[in-house]
Amino acid sequence: MSSDANVFQRPAISRRGKSSEDVWFQRALALAGASVLIILAAMLISTTINAWPVFAHSGWSFITSAGWDPGISRTEITGSYGALSFILGTLITSGIALLIAVPLAVGCSLYLTNIARPTIGRPLAYAIDLLAAVPSVVYGLWGLLFFIPIFIRPVLKLIADTLGEVVPFLDGPVVTYNYATAGIVLAIMVLPIITAVTREVMSKTPIAEIQGAYALGSTRWEMIRAIVLPRARPGVIGATMLGLGRALGETVAVAMLIGGSEQMPTTLFQGGQSMAGVIAITFQEASPENIKALLGVGVVLFVITVIVNMVARLVIWATGGRIAGDAAV
Amino acid sequence: MSITTTSTETNSSQKRFTLGASKMSGNYAARKRKSQIMEGILFLAILLALTPLALILFEVIRRGASAMNIEFLTSVQNISLIREGGGYLNGLVGTLYMVAIASIIAVPLGVATATYVVEYSDSKLVPFIQFFTDVMTGVPSIFVGLFIYTILVQGGGGFSTLAGGLALSLLMIPIIARASEEVIRLVPDDLRNAAYGLGARRWQVVMQIVLPTAGSGLITASMLAVARAAGETAPLLLTALGAFKIVPELLGSPQAALPLIIFNEARGPFEPAHARAWAGALELMLLVLLLTLIARAIGRKTEAAI
Repeated sequence: MSSDANVFQRPAISRRGKSSEDVWFQRALALAGASVLIILAAMLISTTINAWPVFAHSGWSFITSAGWDPGISRTEITGSYGALSFILGTLITSGIALLIAVPLAVGCSLYLTNIARPTIGRPLAYAIDLLAAVPSVVYGLWGLLFFIPIFIRPVLKLIADTLGEVVPFLDGPVVTYNYATAGIVLAIMVLPIITAVTREVMSKTPIAEIQGAYALGSTRWEMIRAIVLPRARPGVIGATMLGLGRALGETVAVAMLIGGSEQMPTTLFQGGQSMAGVIAITFQEASPENIKALLGVGVVLFVITVIVNMVARLVIWATGGRIAGDAAV
Repeated sequence: MSITTTSTETNSSQKRFTLGASKMSGNYAARKRKSQIMEGILFLAILLALTPLALILFEVIRRGASAMNIEFLTSVQNISLIREGGGYLNGLVGTLYMVAIASIIAVPLGVATATYVVEYSDSKLVPFIQFFTDVMTGVPSIFVGLFIYTILVQGGGGFSTLAGGLALSLLMIPIIARASEEVIRLVPDDLRNAAYGLGARRWQVVMQIVLPTAGSGLITASMLAVARAAGETAPLLLTALGAFKIVPELLGSPQAALPLIIFNEARGPFEPAHARAWAGALELMLLVLLLTLIARAIGRKTEAAI
């Protein structure tokens, strides 16, 4: 075997005692590894430079005001660009998604790690992971033509009719596609990643403490309350942040289900638009200056999600390492 | 669970030994009942979480299968949303084409990144690479599309297969890097030491021992990333744009993709387009599922082998 012969060849030794092949090999791998850092930096720089005319034109009002009235100029900025309603749309839908997904994910993880036998738990965990494998456009299609009109709209109408008078933001006529509908489908989409991280953290609960709680006479629920939940809290916070990062950046499903309106939100049951959504829906027909403005929206979205993700990863690292498994990526 | 509490001992002395942290009152039977109710609620959480999965699979199969036929699989897109007929062949070809380009770029880069992180873990760069690889998995996919738009599409390249493939590759790199890292870590140190003992250089150990041993696991990692990329829509809106015919060109012409066609046909109000979108969703889900299942099967074999 010719490749084995290599092993026994005496390699050229450099002054530092390493063969030059080794040095070059290490450099090549280091460059590949550094490419992640380079790409992230290049992303931020390239988009910011291209969006700069709009930032310069609008200043802070780009993120603090809500008038979105694109001009049609090729060379200068003539329209007015205030992305506040999109920013709020992203925050509202993500908030609804987390409000639903986090308790559900914690419940699922508790069941999978503490109650289910492995023979039942493993396939159930696998099935929840499978939710992460469904392409977002399929969530969008399914929500648009089936789930929202048939299941969710009647429920939302009921909520608006009963709670709308008393609870703020839950009133008004319920249009078919609105902040709430996008948020609900978004909840399904971020559930697997939150569950994956929470499950991993909970599975690391020291067995001695669990047995200690049982030895003191706890029921299973008391053991969970006293041992599993307090220990999992930092992990759940990290998982929530990670889910938030995912929810903020989710594009096509939200774009299809949020209703596509540029008005400022006054109730959860009106149509709106998200940051990613406005880029996806209007980019293809946008004028050159409008494209710059959409790039600006993208930069704002990128900065927010990267900060959220960095905090999330730091929190999760602090709880004891990275999370394995493909639902967590 | 091997640990079970003995339910027969319900005497009063039990109270003294229970955990102070949790709210406990009443006798053991009541506490036990509460525990059982809570366990039931947790099970309901699982059911609630899996209901959407069942509904999605059921609905996509039901409506997809009724619209799926030979014509759909073998013909290109109907230009009209109102008329029936036509298929998504152009989208399937475009998706496979762009995913192939993305793999050619992302697999070597991702595996090399993972190799560096594991095999040169003494480097000061490694924690940064690990951290930002994790962060990069969370970059919104639409933003990746914007980035490729600014560097490739806008500069005169126009919408193209290459632009779409590049955007997908950027989404795949961190996924491959993370998953490969786990696989390469599984390679036992004994193998490395044996190779060093025979006089092998570090690069020889990596290229001839570590990577071949991790081989099938690396294939799994790559295929999971491919499955993810195949379902992506948002970045392609800004890079591939979409096309009504099969596009063999790498540059200079917009490219079609399955998710893009589904996105466009689902949003209109027309029933024939909706029917095709469901069939397209079924086709896309089968593609993704097939890739995921193959990847997992190869992965299980690897774990067993190592």
